[in-house]
Amino acid sequence: MGALKETSPDVLATGAGEGFVTTKFNDLLAWAQKYSLFMYPFVTACCGMEFMAVSSPRYDFSRFGSEAPRFSPRQSDLLWVVGTIVQRQAPILRRIYEQLAEPKWVLAFGTCASCGGFYDNYACVAGVDKIIPCDIYVPGCPPRPEAVLDGLMLLQDKIQRGDRRPAIVKPRADPAQDQSLGLVQLRRSSTRPAV
Amino acid sequence: MEPIDQELDPAEIELPAEPMLLNVGPAHPAMHGTVRIVMELSGESIERCDVQVGYLHRGFEKMCERGTWTQVFPYVDRCNYVSPMLNNVGFALACEKMLGITVPERCQWYRMALGELARMSDHLTCDGAMAMELGAFTPFLWMIKGREMIWDLMEEETGARLTHSFGRVGGMAHPPTAGFKENAKAVTTHILGIIEEVERLLLGNRIFLDRLEGVGVVSAEDAISLGWTGPCLRACGVAYDVRKSHPYLRYDEVEFEVPVGQAGDSFDRFMVRIAELKQSASIVRQCIERMADTGPVNVTDPRVILPPKEEVYSTIEGTIQHFKIVMEGLKLPAGEVYAYSEGGNGEMGFYLVSDGSGTPYRLRIRPPCFYVTGGLERVITGAMMADVVPSFGSLNMIGGECDR
Amino acid sequence: MSKALIDIIKQKFPADVLESHSQRGDDTVVVYAARWKDIARFLKDDPRADMSMLIDLTAVDYPERTPRFEVVAHLYSLSKGHRLRLKARVGDQAGTSVEIDSVADLWASANWAERECWDMFGVRFKGHPDLRRILLYPEFEGHPLRKDYPADRIQPLVPYREVPNVDKVAPFRADEGMSFGRQTFASGPSTDDDDVN
Repeated sequence: MGALKETSPDVLATGAGEGFVTTKFNDLLAWAQKYSLFMYPFVTACCGMEFMAVSSPRYDFSRFGSEAPRFSPRQSDLLWVVGTIVQRQAPILRRIYEQLAEPKWVLAFGTCASCGGFYDNYACVAGVDKIIPCDIYVPGCPPRPEAVLDGLMLLQDKIQRGDRRPAIVKPRADPAQDQSLGLVQLRRSSTRPAV
Repeated sequence: MEPIDQELDPAEIELPAEPMLLNVGPAHPAMHGTVRIVMELSGESIERCDVQVGYLHRGFEKMCERGTWTQVFPYVDRCNYVSPMLNNVGFALACEKMLGITVPERCQWYRMALGELARMSDHLTCDGAMAMELGAFTPFLWMIKGREMIWDLMEEETGARLTHSFGRVGGMAHPPTAGFKENAKAVTTHILGIIEEVERLLLGNRIFLDRLEGVGVVSAEDAISLGWTGPCLRACGVAYDVRKSHPYLRYDEVEFEVPVGQAGDSFDRFMVRIAELKQSASIVRQCIERMADTGPVNVTDPRVILPPKEEVYSTIEGTIQHFKIVMEGLKLPAGEVYAYSEGGNGEMGFYLVSDGSGTPYRLRIRPPCFYVTGGLERVITGAMMADVVPSFGSLNMIGGECDR
Repeated sequence: MSKALIDIIKQKFPADVLESHSQRGDDTVVVYAARWKDIARFLKDDPRADMSMLIDLTAVDYPERTPRFEVVAHLYSLSKGHRLRLKARVGDQAGTSVEIDSVADLWASANWAERECWDMFGVRFKGHPDLRRILLYPEFEGHPLRKDYPADRIQPLVPYREVPNVDKVAPFRADEGMSFGRQTFASGPSTDDDDVN
């Protein structure tokens, strides 16, 4: 298992630390957590429409284990902040976040939740991380459902690795447009006529 | 009875008389909008309530005063975000009224078709969410399936599923794609099929009917006084539809009916939307039949429309025109105008005040569901707690429009 | 768009109409603020006008004018189909005493519309049953749609978190969000269909 490391006294006392069994156990726990993320959808604005789309049969986040939205923060582990948070809503968001039991994660759905969007004004909070810590940022106005699922998968990776650093979902090219991949050609209408 | 109660005279046993204060807070499951209803309940019935909106106030009207007229389009998109094209078209019509220009015929049909598709998306969402809140999850999924088809079509046309920012003063951002007509026809056919299935599933269901019929009744006088317009007003029996009463674009050349309810209850509001879905599908079909396949979509007025790129790079007039419109913003003449159109929730009006420069001086968006939500207090006072959900759902309060 | 409505008002209140116009087809009258309610009531009750709906009520801030604010009401008649824009000018330059009568007892839609006007502009409506902020929170100070309120002055209810160098990982790391196939530290860089569990 490698060289013996210096073990700190509290690790010796509690038995926590990098034992073989504990690491495997952590892996197992992380596996269970990432595939059973119960979400609390804190839906405010237009991204809520995309949230409804992501939950619908075509995109369906429940196949990622994130099955049911739990409308009580006590029963959830993932707080989806969907849509713009305005100053008036901020204390409520803070309270909901505080009510979630550990371990908890936050996914900022949309540009307004990630960084305030184009609402640089008296009313809006410039990003949810000004109020609560955030784990995943999904940009888009509103983000495509695929981007949201990307964010969810990214979060699952992070949970598995035990990585709490925040990450941003990066844009991807649509694989269906790339002919070399040999994917099924989706129905697309012909190119736009010139003006 | 508990032993201690047996010693007391039943007339002396009192339950607490003060009403219970319940806060249906801004974060709640009904996926319509963030609104807070503070209720005083006596048992199950609501004695008084205070509807507090403003949890999505994003300062649109102030933001619009800092950009150009064209930069307002993304903001108005996010007003009624379930039918954004109607907002785009409404605002473009307001600017065009101010300028005194009319877009070419092909653009008018295009705007109507896209607008009615957006209206269908709005009504599908509202009715689907209403059904879901009453426990009928399947119709919600079917209606979202229909909505996805519309959004696919919108994505083909505008590039975005939801907030398109596709309207422009004097036209649209792009002409219709080659496949628009057949896609639109296919989409409307599918959606009519979905509505039929939903009707079969829901309208015979005793529970569904009992929860909606007679619930949330509003009289026509109350609705008029409250400033209600749109499906909520029509469900009360008042046949006011901006498209029929004050036709704009080419609504006077297409045939459609305006469904009107009788009882003014939640069931009528639900059914009016279902009927309007069918009417909108018919309007879309008529529009795509009448829309020409070629021809200009934008006006050629140089004050307003960006010139084609070839001209910008090759002629001095094109360069100047492009520069002036982009840097200074298109200039609306000084004055004020109020232009209205039928949004998803009713009369969506834009009151523009211009000082002659390229920046709006004041832009007032007359939000139909602000006034509709203003009536919520009257609707639910005296009703039972469980009736709040279908009543509120049937009003279709969209947070972005209500709070701007 | 006929001028008939404007003529009716001028006939009944000859001394109180300051201006009128029909630019772009919108009939508009500017009246004395002191007669606001009387004229509104007349427009609602008189059978020739029959303005059954108050479509909208708002205000516009003209800081270089005195009176500074212009309260604008759009009225509509369902039976006759005609519209009117009714305006009145109120308020001093400083914006501290801006008052006009409330029409909330004539049309119920004025209730919330006037609250919003108060919230955004600071126009006080005398006789309004419940004049408090509607879109903003009670702790907010000032009236944002006034021209002298800077758009980006925030008044946060929850103090912002002070997190020094919030370590947001740039979206360019090789092992995050790559096209096709997820990777973890355990499996190392890219092979397709590498699965964590």
